[in-house]
Amino acid sequence: MTTTAPAVPAPIGSKPADQSGPPRGAKLFKMLPLAPAIGLMLVFLAGPILYCVYAAFTNMALTGTGAANVQFVGLDNFRKAFGSHAFTNSIWLTLVFTLISAIIGQNTLGLGLALLMRRSTKVVRSFVGTAVIGAWVLPEVVAAYLLSAFFNTDGTLNVILHKVGLPGQDWLYAAPIIAVSIANIWRGTAFSMLVYSAALSEVPKEIEESAEMDGATGLRRLIFVTLPMISRAIMTNLMLITLQTLSVFGLIFAMTRGGPGTKSQTLPLYMYEQAFSFSQIGYGTAIALVMLAIGAVFSLIYLRGLNSEAA
Amino acid sequence: MIARDRVSKLTQNLVLLFLGVLFILPLLWVLFASVNRTAGLRVELPTDPTFANFKAVLNVTTTYRPVLNGIVLCGGSALLTMLCSVLAAYPLSRFKTKFNRPFLLTVLFCTGLPITAVMVPVYGLFVQLNLVDTLGGTILFMATSSLPFAIWLTKTFMDGVPISLEEAAWVDGASNMQALRRIVLPLMWPGIAVVGIFTFIGMWGNFFVPFMLLLSPERLPASVSIFTFFGQYGEPNYGQLAAYSLIYTMPVLLLYLLLSRKLGGAFALGGAIKG
Repeated sequence: MTTTAPAVPAPIGSKPADQSGPPRGAKLFKMLPLAPAIGLMLVFLAGPILYCVYAAFTNMALTGTGAANVQFVGLDNFRKAFGSHAFTNSIWLTLVFTLISAIIGQNTLGLGLALLMRRSTKVVRSFVGTAVIGAWVLPEVVAAYLLSAFFNTDGTLNVILHKVGLPGQDWLYAAPIIAVSIANIWRGTAFSMLVYSAALSEVPKEIEESAEMDGATGLRRLIFVTLPMISRAIMTNLMLITLQTLSVFGLIFAMTRGGPGTKSQTLPLYMYEQAFSFSQIGYGTAIALVMLAIGAVFSLIYLRGLNSEAA
Repeated sequence: MIARDRVSKLTQNLVLLFLGVLFILPLLWVLFASVNRTAGLRVELPTDPTFANFKAVLNVTTTYRPVLNGIVLCGGSALLTMLCSVLAAYPLSRFKTKFNRPFLLTVLFCTGLPITAVMVPVYGLFVQLNLVDTLGGTILFMATSSLPFAIWLTKTFMDGVPISLEEAAWVDGASNMQALRRIVLPLMWPGIAVVGIFTFIGMWGNFFVPFMLLLSPERLPASVSIFTFFGQYGEPNYGQLAAYSLIYTMPVLLLYLLLSRKLGGAFALGGAIKG
């Protein structure tokens, strides 16, 4: 690995990338260091995804008929899914959860925090930064416990509400999907904040200042000058946090287990229940496939946004 | 004009401060409850602070073994991830081929792949390969699942090392791998550290993967064993839960502080996100 590779004769100043027609063998050899990564990803990512595609069309199960003899059942799993209330309910909850917690919550709050921090006093900035990032570095399950305690009937939220004369309630029971969404905002906003802080720090000051000279007010300056300049960061951030949020499992599982009933059962939790609690592997992978498809649709939308930006 | 500026600056600070307090409220609970003998669910200052909760959880089954398992699991995976991603990033960063762009786009797509969706077949694969409930198998999968992001990040950092330095080495007869080891790596160690620490932090908090792939209590990492606080015994001891949460969080907190101390606030992510 370290000694036998032939030296690449590259005259100083020319990029090896521009070499005209190196022999094919040499080219393959140069790409060899990719092999371990590709190998692992083929076995543990691509393999399972392909298997997902296969199993989704079978009646595979850990018990019953599907266990002894696996048969192709065509689109039955998907028909069953889209005809089932529990499944459409979980799709709906997943979209609500993603919209509230990622696209609106984390994204907007992260951008807001980053914008406010640019002009704030240093002490305030480091206090807020520490608080937000503190919530982010907490392990998933710990975060879930903290927020469960916060939203509990006897929890801090109700104590505060009572203090200001508002009625409290058992939030995890009354509005579980809102509670877990807020938990996800609390936990995930730091990522967007860091991304936007970095992006904003690269916006040249002169441009905003000259817009200010021209009489643009704060909001107009933000919409017409600042935001377009960080649009790439916005798209990338949206894509990453949307995909992360689609697959959130531990946070919801530890807070509500999907309940009460199925009131916070998002797709990952529904899939887990069907595949592992009820042993319906075929049906479970069909759901997984739907999840991958939703993720792919979101990615394509954002990638389009990125590309049209780059062009 | 100046007066208006000052007012707006004050408002901004106040809004920011308010948001910060909202973020810190749930955190206060864990701090106070951990030293409170009779901790409940609300934030309250302990009247008689005590380390009894910490003493109660600091034993082999509750804390030491799960934390050690976590270190083995996450440390092993992070090392494997770093090794593979450094190797993979080198050709991607140094040699421009037709293969690069589609590969990098695939990697970017995999970055956001809902890992929860892949877990059903991965579990099946592990059953077939007899890897269920083995630390080695779990390390392999955890390393793989963090590879896409790590490759992306490492490549971005490597792009920042000027290629001219290597060209000199190549002229002197160094191989690619020698150039990588002797020239590129020493120049980008902060980047490598960022990748490693990020990977580790991500895995340390990961609940679902070890929850699915490991079964025996003596192999479970802290992220899963924390569940045992809500066992069959009904109401958990919140003080002990809080104390344990703090102990479990400590390693990532220290790593994160190290990271931000060494490399400054918003550091790496910006570079990674620029793409």
